Amino acid sequence: MAALCESFTLCGLGPGAGVGLGGGLLALEPGPEPDHVLLTDRGRTATLFKVSDQKPLGCWSVKHRQIITCPVVCNFETHEYVAVHDDKVLRIWKNQDINLDKVFKATLSADVYRIHSLPNGGPVVLFKGGGVRTLDVLLEAPQQEIENIISDEVIKWSEAFIEGQQHILMFATEKDGDFFVYVQKLKTNSLHKYQLEQQELSKPTSFTAYIKNQMITLLCLYSNYSVYKVLIPLQQNTEDEQQTLPKSLLLNLSVSGSVLKATSFVVLDKDHVAVLGSLAASGEESKECLTIWNTKFQTLQTSKELPLGTSGQLWCYEEKFFFTHGKVLTVMMYKCETSSLAAAVGKLKDSQTPDVSSFVDWNTLGNEELVASPQSQPSVALKSESKMTLRSKRNTVAKVQPDTLSVGQRLIKLKDVSTTVFEEELRQLMSKAQMPDFQATIGCVITALVNRCKTNPKYYPQNLLLQIVQTRDLSYSLCPDLMAVALEKKDVHLLQICLQRFPDIPEEIIYACLQVFLSISEACLQRTDVNLESISSYIDTEFDDKEVKTEVVENGFNAELEQDICDSKSPEETRVPGDGESCPVGPQKAALLNAVLSSAYSETFILPHLKNLPAQQAVLFLRYLYYLHVKCSEKIDTTLPGKHSPAINQIVDWMCLLLDAHFTVMVMLPEARELLSKLHKFVRAQVRFYSELNKIEGSLQELQRLNHQKDCQTYSIEVLELI
Amino acid sequence: MGEFEVHRVRFFGLVPAGVRCLAWQPRSARLALARTDGTVEIYNFAANYFQEKVIPGHDARSVEALCWAGGYRLFGAGLSGIITEYDLARLSTSCSVDGGGGPIWSMAANGSGTRLVIGCEDGSIKLFQVVPGGIQFERNLDRRKGRILCLAWHPSESHIAAGSIDILRVLDVSSGQTVQQIMVNYHVQKVQRECVVWSIVFLASSTIVTSDSFGRVQFWDWQRGTLVESHTVSTSSALSLAVSEKEDSIVVGTSTGATYQLQLLPVRVGSLEKRWVRTKPFQHHTHDVRAVAHSGTALISGGLDAQLVIRSLMEKVQKKGYEAALRKFTFPHRRLVSCARKARLLLFQFTQHLELWRLGSTDKTGKDGEVLPLRRMPEHLVQLKSKGPEHIYCSCVSPCGSWIAYSTASRFHLYRVHYEGDSVSIAKVPKVPKLLLPAYQLQFATDSSSLFVASARGSVHILQLLEPGGCKHLHTLRPPSETPEAVYLLAVSADGHWVAAVGGDWAIHIYSLKCFKHHCTVPNYSCAVTALAIHPITNNLVIAYADQQLFEFSIPEQQYTAWSRTVQNCGLHRLWLERDTHITHITFNPKNPSHILLHDVYMFCVLDKSLPLPDNSALLLNQSTLKQLPETARKRQLHAFKICKKFQPLLFVDLLDENCLVMVERPIMDIKTQLPLPVQQKKFGT
Repeated sequence: MAALCESFTLCGLGPGAGVGLGGGLLALEPGPEPDHVLLTDRGRTATLFKVSDQKPLGCWSVKHRQIITCPVVCNFETHEYVAVHDDKVLRIWKNQDINLDKVFKATLSADVYRIHSLPNGGPVVLFKGGGVRTLDVLLEAPQQEIENIISDEVIKWSEAFIEGQQHILMFATEKDGDFFVYVQKLKTNSLHKYQLEQQELSKPTSFTAYIKNQMITLLCLYSNYSVYKVLIPLQQNTEDEQQTLPKSLLLNLSVSGSVLKATSFVVLDKDHVAVLGSLAASGEESKECLTIWNTKFQTLQTSKELPLGTSGQLWCYEEKFFFTHGKVLTVMMYKCETSSLAAAVGKLKDSQTPDVSSFVDWNTLGNEELVASPQSQPSVALKSESKMTLRSKRNTVAKVQPDTLSVGQRLIKLKDVSTTVFEEELRQLMSKAQMPDFQATIGCVITALVNRCKTNPKYYPQNLLLQIVQTRDLSYSLCPDLMAVALEKKDVHLLQICLQRFPDIPEEIIYACLQVFLSISEACLQRTDVNLESISSYIDTEFDDKEVKTEVVENGFNAELEQDICDSKSPEETRVPGDGESCPVGPQKAALLNAVLSSAYSETFILPHLKNLPAQQAVLFLRYLYYLHVKCSEKIDTTLPGKHSPAINQIVDWMCLLLDAHFTVMVMLPEARELLSKLHKFVRAQVRFYSELNKIEGSLQELQRLNHQKDCQTYSIEVLELI
Repeated sequence: MGEFEVHRVRFFGLVPAGVRCLAWQPRSARLALARTDGTVEIYNFAANYFQEKVIPGHDARSVEALCWAGGYRLFGAGLSGIITEYDLARLSTSCSVDGGGGPIWSMAANGSGTRLVIGCEDGSIKLFQVVPGGIQFERNLDRRKGRILCLAWHPSESHIAAGSIDILRVLDVSSGQTVQQIMVNYHVQKVQRECVVWSIVFLASSTIVTSDSFGRVQFWDWQRGTLVESHTVSTSSALSLAVSEKEDSIVVGTSTGATYQLQLLPVRVGSLEKRWVRTKPFQHHTHDVRAVAHSGTALISGGLDAQLVIRSLMEKVQKKGYEAALRKFTFPHRRLVSCARKARLLLFQFTQHLELWRLGSTDKTGKDGEVLPLRRMPEHLVQLKSKGPEHIYCSCVSPCGSWIAYSTASRFHLYRVHYEGDSVSIAKVPKVPKLLLPAYQLQFATDSSSLFVASARGSVHILQLLEPGGCKHLHTLRPPSETPEAVYLLAVSADGHWVAAVGGDWAIHIYSLKCFKHHCTVPNYSCAVTALAIHPITNNLVIAYADQQLFEFSIPEQQYTAWSRTVQNCGLHRLWLERDTHITHITFNPKNPSHILLHDVYMFCVLDKSLPLPDNSALLLNQSTLKQLPETARKRQLHAFKICKKFQPLLFVDLLDENCLVMVERPIMDIKTQLPLPVQQKKFGT
């Protein structure tokens, strides 16, 4: 659930910047360091604040009769500030500069609309005519000609992103009630123009956008107080024609009959948006309030009344809202947790496991397959899956729904077309992501792809499959054949992603993955592309056989000191395994095994499969688990650093499982015996260490209590200032 | 505005006594409360829950039960075996009758308030008649073995239910015979422990509700002697019960500090069949909830942790606003500390003794928030124990520190304190004049030349203090019209010309001390006065009322001042009016005549009359905002209320000199550590 937390005042505002439309600030931009913001008012002044201290760090203003027309931004690379006053005059200065008259000045040939600055990339200047230049290019020749792209359209909004290595600038324009969206890629200097789908009687009043997985999601607030979502794919092949972008309703801003007249909004995460507006119930005075909405469940999560009024502007940086409230700029913190039914009933799984898609309409899914599967009848491998048979039975009696038919029929039509056309069509299908049973559609698309792979053994669209799995909330049961095909093709990267993302993989498949990962040769793996995120922070990816050293020092806690403590407790035992112990597998293999370790399983079901693991592989796996266990125990909090890395209890569970499954083998094998004895020694040392820790716990608690008592003295003389 | 050197005092070891019993009087909206030390307090719910009357306790007079009867008369009974009537105008006991059955455990009044019934240690149940001026023994009812722990009248006044150990009985009032006897443990197999029926309620529908030491609330059909329903609300004792007037809601207090509400609800919507359902649990107390009461709109509970909690029932409240908020009272609504400004002494009043402390000092200065190093530590000079069983009503130390006075119910004491270097000697003033006792408030004149004694019937005595250690009665001031109510607050002007006195009828009389005459009466405002003080320079009387209103009345001009009228026109800030504790002390800064210093339990405020009043849209607590702003920007944000919430809970604040304050805090945690351990409860996860 999302929640608004306490608020505090950042600063008071001048008379011009008060409540009401037209008032307010020019903009609020992130400052050079975290927790800093840059405030530009509608006059001559820009101020840098440290938010948590509620304290201004610097303030700059332009001369009398000049006016700042473009919000001050910070160049994160050089820590300089960039501003434009009187539309054309560019100023660049540093923290220590006081007088803006004396800092660098460049007069440009065209009016600037805005400057965007991105954390790892120089500022980008957007001109009112639609021209775009990076600041570096512009400074080489300030008077260079700037083209006018948009003729008599007016820029309403702009935003810049980084996707991959690419800078993208996006802006929206208006002309005679028509709205256009431009997407400019700076590196390739390509510009795309789109038109927004027309809406009767209402116009977009505010925009916001974010980028994820090569897809720009543009959210528009319309004057009928609804939020619409528009998807714009970044990879666009059709260059020539101007496309009309379809939009879909995301959210209706109404609360039990009364409408939230929104003025601005920001996206908090994939399920939450914050909206600032005034809530007007019929017959009552409207109240301005700040609200957080869940777009997944279409619900109002929380709201806060702002009785003193606002200027209608809202910014959000680092989990804090900034808005003007009365005569002050108020900062309000919020918490926003992923909302799910599981969270509501307190059964939320570990946050490392990927989200399960909220729902799948089983009926429509069934209908989809009725249409899609007869064509692929000869190679219905899904028949082998017992889960699927039930569904296909139902299919025979189910009726075809007209709505889903279109997708199904398109898929049928695509059966015989060439590979490139086929993939292009599928991409198209997916970008129209607005159908209510979207999950089911994606399932069909995947099934179609997999079926094609099966009929044509040479065909294997790895990139497309990877992209789909990475971008969509899929589950194993939605596309059961996918992993079977990947196993067949030994596509370890896809398997890794599937293991990380699917919540419901059967134990049999987990075992099959494990077996493939263990059997595949290191040399072969080195050539493949595997996500090394989970191991990068504790295995040196360069991987020489030297000792792997992590240097994580927490809050002045010295790693050496920690070792000293260990030494004094049990000198030999803790040191022995740590010395010269290196990772028994290569980094790629380690990352793949981590994916197996992190997936969910049930002991009863995996144990029989695990018994089939060849003895050599079992020993190798155990060796790797032992290595992980030692790594975990090196640090005080017994966790491995990095994303998606397995937790210590997962490691220990797998170790137990493996020993259970291969008990006799482990006892018999000579090379396993040494490993077991090391393992035993290490665990024994740990048990001793923890029992010692238990002993000192009481003393530490007592110390803490004494410390606490010291605070409450019975008498003191203090200074109090009242203003 | 300025910096203060704050003496933050936390060595006042006040531990309020636990709440023993409650009695709710619906017609006058007053709650009577008795504490384990025998103190009886009256809370006026209409006056914003102000504790308007306090009758201090007596060692030999514990109170086990309180009853309102015969109109607005309050009776108490306890383990001394005596039934006492309280005189609420004179704040003392008015008549006492021996019950004649040993310690009294329970007492109940009938619905019409004409009869009292008591339950005694020896198992006897006695009926008394309420007559003008006292009570009269009527008859004994059927006596059985075992102390009677609780009693309840049937609303028709024909039967009485009595709870004892393992048993509950129903007696016929006219015949005096036991007509039904129910073993409460009959249904439980092989119970080793005895089951104490702690509380009992008799409903009009002939259902008897009991709460017992097994944590059960049970509903009995008394005519058949059968158990109708049983709800186990707690693993330890369910100690107290109270029912609403409509008999559709019951509140239960348990020894774990939790209270529960049971409601009579239809089995399904529209159905006529109703059942008792346990609806709401509340955990406001840490210790035994020995007493509960049920007003029309709220559940009231009092615990051994000394807290009185008033929890409004949301479904009974018209408007879900500030009136419906939870109220918790731990500290008395009057002053227990007095301060000798010049001598820098503090006098703390406990139930049976006084403590005199000298404040420490420092020679350093610092910035806002800094703790300064102490040059001299505070010093405990004198502990003055009151002899006899009576508790102290009021006490005071003179501004020069050389006189201490206190009063109990029957005696008045005046002491002369001599300071020679580090040694302190104390001498009792021998022949104090015989006054009308008890005294409810004592106040020394600023020059320590005389003592003002607030007394019964609205009178104020003036004693002249004589060197080296004597006193004589100078005059008695009386209000122009006769009143039975005692004076409970006094204010003396710094120039010694005026004294203001407030009585239980809330009328404020001002007397001139030059001619010992009644000067005027402040216009009637129908709310209790919680604090008042006279400005040392302008002789304006500042009055704080229980509804959080502030008035300023010019004594020389005999009218409200212009500023006071402005305040009434503009209205005070909403947050100011919604504070839930009362102003208990007002003082002034002679160097800044426009400043008024006031405090309640949770805040200290300097009210600067020269600044504009804040409107509701302004931030009332703006000190932290102001500190952020540069000097120039502050001007616009300034308003009259400068509030500091750093020191909590505050029992007393006074200005020692121009920029030196003393604040007496009593942290709740310090009280908690003084209380006995509560019933051990398993906490989840430990």
